[in-house]
Amino acid sequence: MIPVDFEYVRPESLDAALALLAEHGEDATVLAGGHSLLPVMKLRLAAPALVVDIGRLPELHYIRVAGTEIAIGAGTRHRDVEVSDLLAAEVPLLPAVARTVGDPQVRHRGTLGGSLAHADPASDLPAAVLALDGTVVLRGPRGQRQVPITQFYPGVFATVKEPDELIVEIRVPRTGRAGWAYEKFTRRANDWAIVAVAVVDGRVGLVNMGSTPLRARATEAALADGASIEDAAALADQGTEPPADTAATPEYRRHLARVLTRRALTTAAAG
Amino acid sequence: MKVEITVNGEPTGADVEPRLLLAHYLRENLGLKATNIGCDTTSCGACTVLVDGESVKSCTVLAVQADQQSVTTLEGLSHGVQLHPVAAAFRAEHGLQCGFCTPGMVLAAVSLLRENPDPTERDVREGLEGNLCRCTGYHNIVRAVLAAAGQDPDAEQRREAAGDAARTAPGFSAGEAAG
Repeated sequence: MIPVDFEYVRPESLDAALALLAEHGEDATVLAGGHSLLPVMKLRLAAPALVVDIGRLPELHYIRVAGTEIAIGAGTRHRDVEVSDLLAAEVPLLPAVARTVGDPQVRHRGTLGGSLAHADPASDLPAAVLALDGTVVLRGPRGQRQVPITQFYPGVFATVKEPDELIVEIRVPRTGRAGWAYEKFTRRANDWAIVAVAVVDGRVGLVNMGSTPLRARATEAALADGASIEDAAALADQGTEPPADTAATPEYRRHLARVLTRRALTTAAAG
Repeated sequence: MKVEITVNGEPTGADVEPRLLLAHYLRENLGLKATNIGCDTTSCGACTVLVDGESVKSCTVLAVQADQQSVTTLEGLSHGVQLHPVAAAFRAEHGLQCGFCTPGMVLAAVSLLRENPDPTERDVREGLEGNLCRCTGYHNIVRAVLAAAGQDPDAEQRREAAGDAARTAPGFSAGEAAG
């Protein structure tokens, strides 16, 4: 499968990339690792006139301490998240989730910023960042702004990022030794989650339980009120609208969300 | 658009369309046909090559993305009859049946051992998660990778047969029996 013809530019700096986006607006698409974009371009579901390759911008590749948070450059690859000693010590949920994305080849290319921007509700990392109460840092011609991840996804495959903005950084709190777990349910190796649940510090993120990554708010509230894990997990599917597809019915996904939440909360409590 | 890519240690270049996939550049422009295209959807891993030493699926990389980088295909791994240790182990352990997945499987294994020189059997199975063998010849493929790592390829299976540990396939929930 061959994509529709397009122009390709690999700018040398972040400023040059932003200038291209400002000039071309919705005609331009950003390429980082390309492992979400190129498949949809090959299927001709996307046909951008201009592809701006930010995959090799050194300014977007870093993982560092920023006060009470860890700041991660948007171009950081899943592989780099997976093997980061700093993240293993400070935000251990994130490398554990990154390790479940795709396969090693995909993780050598895919990036954290790209995964968040693609906004696939079946993706692992958006729900993990949601469970972490992270922040997305956007930069564009009007300057830089920080958007809480809880406000980043207005709908399916959509974000509040403007076409002339780039995700430049993801910030997550240093959760340290707070209990965490990631329970991902698939039927095949190397596949998206049918449902997955990320738990950290009493917060619960849900993968593939609606049109966006979701928090299991009823479960979180019950836990905060002192409910047992069993009782709190039974509420995990409240307020969700899980999709139906060949892998599962909505009813089955609701069941999975409750069971996986119970398992994840149990693991997190034992950690 | 002009690209310059070092392939198997040799400088190569061409004026290509940006939409040209790396897999097609290797096969059509350079005539290196060891890189097979199986699914064309980033699933099967038959087109796996190394870019700057790391495994990637070349059906999901543009040739222009590999500009100024170094690519290794199966042709560049061994030197004549002097087989690369991983290729030699695939041969010694009969880690192939029809052979279609083999180039990608070998390169994925090279990348895996570079990152984890002393893998467990489970590490190997998880590390090859992105490569499908439709002959289902996984058993000897895993043994070959363990042998290439200098391990007794049957040690873990013997240990497992002697015990009764529950096991789950990579990527699957361990479920209630976990721990």
